[in-house]
Amino acid sequence: MSTATADRIAQLRAEGEAAVASAASTTDLEEIRVRFLGRKAELPNLLRDVGKLPPEERGPVGKGANQARQALQAAVDSRQAELEATELESKLAADIVDVTLPGTPVTPAGHLHILTATRREIEDVFVGLGFSVVEGPEIDLAYYNFDALNHDVHHPARSEADTFYVADDVVLRTQTSPMQVRQMELQAPPLYIIVPGRVYRPDNDATHTPQFHQVEGLAVDEDLTLGDLQGTLLAFARAIFGDDREVRLRPHFFPFTEPSVELDVSCFNCKQGFLRDGSRCPLCKGTAWIEILGAGMVDPNLYGYVEGYDPDKHQGFAWGMGIERIAFLKHRVPDLRMFFENDLRLLEQFG
Amino acid sequence: MRLPLFWLTDYVDPGMEASKLANRLAMTGTEVDRVHAHGVTALENFVVGRVLEREQHPDADRLSVCQVAIGEGDVATIVCGAPNVAAGQTVGVALPGSVMPDGTKLKKAKLRGIPSNGMILAEDEVSIGMDHAGIMVLDDDLTPGTPLADVLPISTDVLELEITPNRPDCLSVYGVAREVHAATGQPLAPAPWATDPGTPGPIEGVTIEVEDPEFCPRFTARLFEDVTIGPSPRWLKARLMAAGQRPINNVVDITNYAMLLTGQPLHAFDFDLVAGGRLKVRRAGEGEKMLTLDDAERTLDGSMHLIEDGDGPTSIAGIMGGQRSEVQPTTTRVLMEAANWNGPTLQRTSQKLGLRTEASGRFEKGLAPEQAMEGQIVATQLMLELTGARLVDGTIDIGGEGPAPVTLRLRDEKVTRLLGTQVPIREQADILEALEFGVHDAGDGLDVTVPAFRRNDVTREVDLIEEVARLWGLEKLPATIPGHGMSARLTTEQRLRRRAADALVGAGFSEAIGWSFQAPELARKLRIDLPAVKLRNPLSEDLSVMRTTLLGSLLNSVRHNTARGTEDVRLFEEGSVYFDRPHGRTPTAAEARSTPLPDERMHLAALLTGRLHPASWGESNPPTADFFAAKGVLETVLGALRVPFTVVRGSDPFLHPGRAARVLIGGEDAGWLGELHPGVTEEFDLGRVAGFELDLSAVLPHANVAPLYEDLTSFPAIRQDLAFWVPADRTASELVEVVKGAGGKLLKDVSVFDVYAHEGRTSLAVRLEFRAGDRTLTDEEIAPQREKVVKAVASKLEGELRG
Repeated sequence: MSTATADRIAQLRAEGEAAVASAASTTDLEEIRVRFLGRKAELPNLLRDVGKLPPEERGPVGKGANQARQALQAAVDSRQAELEATELESKLAADIVDVTLPGTPVTPAGHLHILTATRREIEDVFVGLGFSVVEGPEIDLAYYNFDALNHDVHHPARSEADTFYVADDVVLRTQTSPMQVRQMELQAPPLYIIVPGRVYRPDNDATHTPQFHQVEGLAVDEDLTLGDLQGTLLAFARAIFGDDREVRLRPHFFPFTEPSVELDVSCFNCKQGFLRDGSRCPLCKGTAWIEILGAGMVDPNLYGYVEGYDPDKHQGFAWGMGIERIAFLKHRVPDLRMFFENDLRLLEQFG
Repeated sequence: MRLPLFWLTDYVDPGMEASKLANRLAMTGTEVDRVHAHGVTALENFVVGRVLEREQHPDADRLSVCQVAIGEGDVATIVCGAPNVAAGQTVGVALPGSVMPDGTKLKKAKLRGIPSNGMILAEDEVSIGMDHAGIMVLDDDLTPGTPLADVLPISTDVLELEITPNRPDCLSVYGVAREVHAATGQPLAPAPWATDPGTPGPIEGVTIEVEDPEFCPRFTARLFEDVTIGPSPRWLKARLMAAGQRPINNVVDITNYAMLLTGQPLHAFDFDLVAGGRLKVRRAGEGEKMLTLDDAERTLDGSMHLIEDGDGPTSIAGIMGGQRSEVQPTTTRVLMEAANWNGPTLQRTSQKLGLRTEASGRFEKGLAPEQAMEGQIVATQLMLELTGARLVDGTIDIGGEGPAPVTLRLRDEKVTRLLGTQVPIREQADILEALEFGVHDAGDGLDVTVPAFRRNDVTREVDLIEEVARLWGLEKLPATIPGHGMSARLTTEQRLRRRAADALVGAGFSEAIGWSFQAPELARKLRIDLPAVKLRNPLSEDLSVMRTTLLGSLLNSVRHNTARGTEDVRLFEEGSVYFDRPHGRTPTAAEARSTPLPDERMHLAALLTGRLHPASWGESNPPTADFFAAKGVLETVLGALRVPFTVVRGSDPFLHPGRAARVLIGGEDAGWLGELHPGVTEEFDLGRVAGFELDLSAVLPHANVAPLYEDLTSFPAIRQDLAFWVPADRTASELVEVVKGAGGKLLKDVSVFDVYAHEGRTSLAVRLEFRAGDRTLTDEEIAPQREKVVKAVASKLEGELRG
């Protein structure tokens, strides 16, 4: 190879590399690429014309020119990548939004009703304690609502002032308790159930609505005790109102339990009945205890209404609580009637 | 019941302050609503005084200016308005600083220019009587300066007790005293009826006849002569006042006092007004009328009972006396009646007449016949002591005492088994004895005899266990969890219902809970006429019919929100609806012999109105609720449940006729879907509302709760888009059905993605998705299927492929 040719190749390569290095944009670079490596450029022409050279020069010239071209191409590629990255950054830098504008709204999630949320919470606690959830009709026989629950024919709760009637022997259930007997008719002991549902009584004021919701509980087995009732409801009270709650049983009277009790839970709003500022707690009225439900050992008379239950052998306990009351105590909605207005401004605070 | 503590302490001293006693009673089964102070407070300012001088007020005819000795040589000038004030009287004085029963604080005052340093007291001013005609004149042997509270019951704590219906014996001061004795261990004084001044045997000139002994198990009467009607003494009036009863005159007050003390209501007749000197208890005639003490004419029926004399009815038995033989200021002969009436019968009468009295409220709970004589004896003592009366020999007693007391076995083992802990047998015996049960040791426990006043309440061993438990102390019970080893979970249906609600919540719906009852008017507004269950005794016409759809209550709830400025409302409800028609369940034995129960069903409904999501700076007019928005929500819910469904055009009268559909699941009707008819929404003052309502019993059984694996990932699907012109009356679902039918086994899914109407035809574009489980499909392989699809659409729907 002539020295002139070799020098020329080296020169082209050096010029090309310098040009590539100084390219300021991808457009510049493309021009440079065409100038040095394009169809009409000198270096590719040298390669293309290598056949016209004397045979002894073909090898060295071809090799030299090819090396130079490859080196130049690599330089172009690498510079191209650099320039593209730079150009993207500057383009993005110009594409500015006001990040403080509000986001594009999706449809916001809704909310379960506070009573449903409370009911589920109660259900889940008792399912965890081994109680199945059963439901029954809201319009039921006076037989299930009263007779089979040991209410004497003249019991005042049967009066039209206290019960909605559909027919002489058909009522809107006043409690979830009719399901006690219905379920006992279906199932021999052991029986562990809770009955959530809607019930009705003809009252209408801030603390009584003509419809409300209860959760009834019933456990019948061979050796259940009043202590078991207390333990079960203690577990419930702690799950709902907090782990450091205590409960106490107070004697009471219900026609379908004997002994009958009311369950108080220690107030979760105050210390010993008084708030921090020394004033009397409005929730427990200074008593440090809040009544949450009625309960008791199943009255043995009830077993007489169903087959497979033996008052000498079987013992059980039952309770009934108001879902509204639990929700009220937890969330302090001031007027029970608000539960059924379905004002979204209230609904969205819960569930 | 109001229990004045100063009265209770006649029989038992609880030995603790009122709030502690209230707590102890609550923990042993007598609920205390509250404890309130009756009378006056700031007691140090109430003293005995003596009027030293009385002069006429110079500027006021009715006022006197008195110099009153108030102890320790002090003399107070007091201006007094009472007409009876006179020098030398011993009186009650309230000095400045006294707090009166209504809470006002007494201050120094000037009355017509003369300073007054206190008040000379009338009965009503310290709540121990009703008299305001003049000041109280006290016994002369009292020393001025003596605290007035030592002399008169001007201040006491009153427990307001909530007596449970099984304990009518506790509706009396002595009855509660027994409980306090058992609860505190403090000694109990003998019963006030322990000494009877009366004698048995007939009374001359008095004839009593009871026609219906079942209704009237006991009737007692005594006759008093030489009665002087007048005011009762202060101690008696003070007790009545504190217990919430108004004093009237000595005889009436005695009946009330005896009732409050013993629990037994009594009635005093002016015997000179009892025609023929005879009384008869009999059933009323149908439509029989009588005038009662409250000046009302009452119409009776054959289920009611009255007491008549020789001239006809004088009382509605056990409920209210008549005017004709009422005690008068001039009465001198009193026939005192203390009877026992059948509670349930009396309660029905009282309900029918809408007439509930203190007496009927007690009788209806079932008193013991023994209580009649107890009340009679206490009344006799007081009649003799306070009215100057002479007791005529003899006591009418028809029916006598109740059935002989029963003895129950209380097994120690049963006590332990029911309570979950042991109560020492001696403690059991002590508790029961304190409650006046007779107790004897028996082999495996105790033989326990029930006192008459607990006869109705304690009839079984378990009732005795309750007595033991409540006084032994429920706080000593263990808290144990039953070791039943049973597991529980929600049923499939319950879990699916939660899933449906959760899906709706996720889709932006909040849950409403509406009223189960509604106005009949609502059905008219919704243009529906389904067999509805009606209440016989609704609270009001607006709440008189049970709902047959959730739509009405949901619309009311939507309206509640829009009326308060919330324009975009998405609400759902899951709840029962009720139809007056057979329910189709297998009836239980009790159902089989009763009036059929209605068909009660669990529905799920959702309504939406307004914008589907909030407007924003990027989208000032978001889409609003319409048919397809509602359908999208329905798809979301049923998709979450994995329930396949189709819809067909519907015609529910409350829906927009062109945007109404029925939802079919498993080929069966499951509910409606649509935009509400503008005529309906107008009734609720609402704009466009869309929604759906499903009968969950038609939905949930179709949920695929345990789907089997389908390989969608090993080989890719191949998609083909086809657009057809079809006649305008063809529906999208028809096209999808035809395409599915013709596409062969490899066609896995068909969905409509574009719709466009033009010149009486509709262009429907569908995306076909083909997939094989064992290979990657090629365009060539599905070309024949595609051809079949095009042909089928052409032949079945007159559709042609768009170019």
